[in-house]
Amino acid sequence: MALPAYYTTGQRVWHRTYVVYCALVLFFLVMPLIAVIPLSFTAAPFLDFTPGMLRLDPEAFSVRWYKLMVGDCSAADVITTVCSDKWKIGAVNSLIIATIATVLATAIGTLAALGLSRSHLAGRRLIMAFLISPLIVPLIITAAGMFLFYAKLKLVASFAGVILAHTVLGLPFVVITVTATLIGFDYSLTRAAQSLGGSPAYNFFKVQLPLIAPGVISGALFAFITSFDEVVIILFLGGAEQLTLPRQMWAGIRQEISPTILAVATVLVVLSILLLTTVELLRRRSERLRGLTPA
Amino acid sequence: MAATSIDMSTTATGELLTADGRPLKESLQRSLRRRKLTALALVAPAVVFLFVLFGMPVIYLMTWSVDDTQVNNALPRTFAAYQQWDGEELPSEPLYEAMFKDVAEASGIQIGRASTRMNYAKSKWKSLMKKTKRQVKALLGTDPDFAGPYKEALIGIDKRWEDISFWHSLGIMKDPYTLGYYLNSFDLQYGFGKEVVQQPENRRIYKTLWMRTLMISVIVTLACLALGYPVAHLLATLPLRYSNLLMICVLMPFWTSLLVRIVAWMIMLQQEGVINDTLVWLRLVGDESRWQMMYNFTGTIIVMTQILLPFMILPVYSVMKGISPAYMKAAQNLGAPPAIAFLRVYVPQSLPGVGAGVILVFIVAIGYFITPELVGGKDGQMIGNYIAYHLKSSLNWGLASAMGVILLTAILILYWVYDRVVGIDNMKMG
Repeated sequence: MALPAYYTTGQRVWHRTYVVYCALVLFFLVMPLIAVIPLSFTAAPFLDFTPGMLRLDPEAFSVRWYKLMVGDCSAADVITTVCSDKWKIGAVNSLIIATIATVLATAIGTLAALGLSRSHLAGRRLIMAFLISPLIVPLIITAAGMFLFYAKLKLVASFAGVILAHTVLGLPFVVITVTATLIGFDYSLTRAAQSLGGSPAYNFFKVQLPLIAPGVISGALFAFITSFDEVVIILFLGGAEQLTLPRQMWAGIRQEISPTILAVATVLVVLSILLLTTVELLRRRSERLRGLTPA
Repeated sequence: MAATSIDMSTTATGELLTADGRPLKESLQRSLRRRKLTALALVAPAVVFLFVLFGMPVIYLMTWSVDDTQVNNALPRTFAAYQQWDGEELPSEPLYEAMFKDVAEASGIQIGRASTRMNYAKSKWKSLMKKTKRQVKALLGTDPDFAGPYKEALIGIDKRWEDISFWHSLGIMKDPYTLGYYLNSFDLQYGFGKEVVQQPENRRIYKTLWMRTLMISVIVTLACLALGYPVAHLLATLPLRYSNLLMICVLMPFWTSLLVRIVAWMIMLQQEGVINDTLVWLRLVGDESRWQMMYNFTGTIIVMTQILLPFMILPVYSVMKGISPAYMKAAQNLGAPPAIAFLRVYVPQSLPGVGAGVILVFIVAIGYFITPELVGGKDGQMIGNYIAYHLKSSLNWGLASAMGVILLTAILILYWVYDRVVGIDNMKMG
């Protein structure tokens, strides 16, 4: 970076120190995640870089942990690690739970955001505060309350209970993102559609929804990732049947960390990068649609 | 709305009428009411859903923290007879009779729950009640018409029924509500006369635990501020091309699963981990004296700081983004050295972001559970871990609930402050 010519030596030194400091902090943020990726390709059943890996010896690398992850037990020959298809079951369960919870949260949350964005609603602030309160209350307290209360509703150790609980956690994200998108919404468009004779449902799906879609989708993505990563609630509400990916990871971390967990972690890191990109693109699109060009 | 374009007539009293002949005022009110109802109908499903599945569980948790009905439900006669007892000497026959009959009639589960609760008031209650239940059942099995003397029978079953302190301790539990669990949360308890006393020395752990939870949260918050402020400043002042790229470094961990980040840190921090390996390789540390950075207080701090850092950087960044560079230039033009200009002009303008970040990180940190559980070891445990422990392992739900309510209250107060400082609506999700 070019520094202004009038900087004194002291200022230059100070500025360099500052840049290096920031670089170190950013390194601190991403370093652990980066380290996981090469380690997941290790051939040895240890969790550190073997001398072979440091020499970039092809022998030291393998994809056997990925095979184990998807339940291909032929890779389990020399290892003491138990091979099972628990990761696969966990991934499928997580996907099912997260998908249903996301659909529910998105539907209910979008409706609520539509209602909240109308100025006619009495007690808007209060309702908004209530709708985002699952974000405020620590998960351990939410989980404790659900653990005790859902038992009365016979929802403990059932898929329904986990899905409903995850819907609760995803709802605030949908409400927040859709309300934010609706701030710039031009209601003369829906009024025009109405005056042209469209039914309210038709107008919503054909006029309003396409325009607020970026907000709805990014809310849905937040809800999905929340459910997909959720580990506290599932520990309290999940029975033996409700084996999700985070729960399997939790069990793996508590018992013995095998490189299989690193393979799973790598997949999840890649997934999060994809999601991050999607949300960012959606945000830009939404700003374009609302006529707020990014600076 | 332009009234001239609509065909309107007026009534005799001069009121405006709409096309279908209604007074305009009434018509507008009707449409406003309809819109209000529509808005309400749109919000209702979410509110009802959240109330039943989230609000009620939290309220239910609160009732558990003061509920003291288990003993009352199991021993109704005993507590009725207890009112008559003066407490000076061993109770007389009627109280023993009530206890005997209650124990005989209560189900095994009821006795189990009640005796667990009674054990919190005085230890050894549990074994006494279980033994009594068993023996009473046996006694009634051989002699179904047993009609006393009950006092002798109970004392015959166990000598502890002669110990007046057991009877005294029942007095703590006679009300259906108790604040005892809140007292327990602060290493206090009720004495037998319902006076507040300290817990026995070996049971005092919660004050330390609250202090540790606070300390971890404060250290993590300060660490996040020290690490996050310069980075936010860099991101806000760099040209957009570079800052967008660096922003990915902040957002990527934010978006990655919590467990993945913890696993990643375990690889870094363990004894044979990347950091120790590097230090040994650099000969900064001997191979036999590798640092213990995990399963202790340090581990909790390092990992929580990395996990919560984006919560600090993002709000500070969004405020700094709005500070015009002209102010700093003006201050320097007027003769301020860069450091003074920064401290007196820039920092005050960035304070709203700092306030938001500090409160947000602190609130999230204080309720943490997963991270301390996995990397905290013994001295890195926080209040959340004990809530989970009492809920799942020791089954002292009252104490777990009381600690939860205290934690929740603290957090709600902080959020109220947060709302005053920045406004909940300004919460940014990255």
